[in-house]
Amino acid sequence: MNKNAVGILVVDDELIVRDSLTKWFRESGFRTESAENGAAALNKLQAASWNLMLVDIKMPGMDGIELLHRVKELRKDIIIIIITAFASVDTAVKALKEGAHDYITKPIDPDYLDHLVEKALSQQELAMENIKLKNVVSELSTGGELIGESPEMVTAMELVRTVAPADTTVMILGESGTGKELVARAIHTQSPRAYFPLVTVNCGAMTETLLESELFGHERGAFTGAQYRRKGKVELADGGTLFLDEVGNIDVKTQMDLLRVIETKQFMRVGGSEIIHSDFRVICATNRDLEKAVREGAFREDLYYRLNVFTIQLPPLRARGIDIARLARHFLEKYATAMNKPVRTFSPEAMYAIKAHDWPGNVRELENAVERAVVVCKGTTIEKEHLPVQTVNSQRNQGRRLDDVERSYIEQILQETGWNVSRAATILDIDRVTLYHKMEKYGLKRGQ
Amino acid sequence: VKFIYVLPLGNPDRKLLAGLVPAVWESLRIPVEVRECPIELDPFYDEGRGQYDSTAILQHLKQHPAIAQRLPLLNTRGNAALLAVVPHDLFIPILTFVFGEAELGGTAAVVSYHRLENERYGLPADRELLSRRLQKEALHELGHTLGLLHCPEQACVMRSSTNVDEIDLKGVEFCAECRSDMQKSHPRTGRRGSANP
Repeated sequence: MNKNAVGILVVDDELIVRDSLTKWFRESGFRTESAENGAAALNKLQAASWNLMLVDIKMPGMDGIELLHRVKELRKDIIIIIITAFASVDTAVKALKEGAHDYITKPIDPDYLDHLVEKALSQQELAMENIKLKNVVSELSTGGELIGESPEMVTAMELVRTVAPADTTVMILGESGTGKELVARAIHTQSPRAYFPLVTVNCGAMTETLLESELFGHERGAFTGAQYRRKGKVELADGGTLFLDEVGNIDVKTQMDLLRVIETKQFMRVGGSEIIHSDFRVICATNRDLEKAVREGAFREDLYYRLNVFTIQLPPLRARGIDIARLARHFLEKYATAMNKPVRTFSPEAMYAIKAHDWPGNVRELENAVERAVVVCKGTTIEKEHLPVQTVNSQRNQGRRLDDVERSYIEQILQETGWNVSRAATILDIDRVTLYHKMEKYGLKRGQ
Repeated sequence: VKFIYVLPLGNPDRKLLAGLVPAVWESLRIPVEVRECPIELDPFYDEGRGQYDSTAILQHLKQHPAIAQRLPLLNTRGNAALLAVVPHDLFIPILTFVFGEAELGGTAAVVSYHRLENERYGLPADRELLSRRLQKEALHELGHTLGLLHCPEQACVMRSSTNVDEIDLKGVEFCAECRSDMQKSHPRTGRRGSANP
């Protein structure tokens, strides 16, 4: 407890009591002041923040009980300890009923006083910490940045609320950047597993052997470089949720291992012989057409049906027209606060450009665009020039397939970065391996 | 602070004072000296409580002409500190008792060993323990006059203690942080290498 930040207000009509108690608490490092009556105390309450008040019950004018009543109307969280000249059960009960933390009789045993105050402040600190944590959990459980009023998004959020309490496997479908991981987090935090870990595995970013080791862990010496035993993500997710992002990119051999572990909840670390048990819920996400992958033999049918129990389809941002402005304003506030910049709004031209853009990278692209705009903006208003989207391209893309749009956007970024894959991947907010996959998929090569 | 005067009031045990002086010197490295002063404590006795008012004693010490005469260094603020040692039970009006009281960042402090005696708690007398407790409480109050607040460190002498068990649990030394704070405002404290003059 940082005592300097803790304020104690002593309210008593006797100067000697005020002086003695303020001095007593000041020696312990508390910020301490005193007030000679109820009215002065209420004034001090408006002027500064107080954690605890020691209030004499008998004062001319407003007595301690009335002051207690008035303070509790203004600030429920302040601890009030009533000081009374003689022990009276009636007064004590009345004070406690009005919300006093406790009462003490004059003269006060210093040992009792110190321990009473310390205990009360510790309880208050815990209560405040509890409120903060509840706010964090509440923000997470409501999806944090899962913002949207469009019918598609409202439906998706309703599905999240429905499926979260059940222990069902969930498959989240949607284009890159639509918020699949946020949805997974929202499901996890609203589930009974919320107090256990949510472990994310980006299946698209790893080679076959690396993914196997990442999922199941490995024993020391299992392969070159395995100097220590390492727990895998499946083991770490025990009690919680395993989120398999880009599940469509898992190779066939790991698909088989994954199916087995999902069904039996048992596995062995790579290079090990010990059977490990792990109780986890699976949420997976993909932007691939898994049905097509199954038909083509690239994805195991049994695993597909095991994963595809409950599906949530996330709409692309271009299909959520009414959400774009709201999301843009949300990101503006978020980054202006984070960067401590006075940027408050978008100019009408900037907002028009935002609404007119197709956002092939979806919410992630919009977020990056607003973040960049906040960085470059010198004033309070984001202008069109601050945005990385300068051309209204909705017409350009009209009637084009999603794959075409993605291909052209990736090509554009690669050209802008001089075909520097690392930089392009950073701008696109995908990992390099995924970008290489996409370049291969679309046949994008330098010098074409 | 360049000098600490220890002032016996109410005829305290001289052997305890004799033990206190080197302990204060050892810890603070500020010259310490016992000075006698004819100050009566009767006016500060509260018949109803059977205790002496420590706040009133402190106020009186600061204003008494004999103090100004006999402890000349006290007249210049910051030059000296005064620690009165009394054998009687002390109180401040709102509290049932205090082991001592000090002016925070000021010049005067008072400490009592009345409640530090084992006999008060139905235990056999222990002079050594009493001496140690008095040293701790004296250093604690002097720490306040040097501007220190209560310290959360268990072993630090500036840890708040409202019963003798807590006094016994804490150490007789200032922790590194309190010592550093003290040396910032009073650079002469805690220097090693010389003897109490």
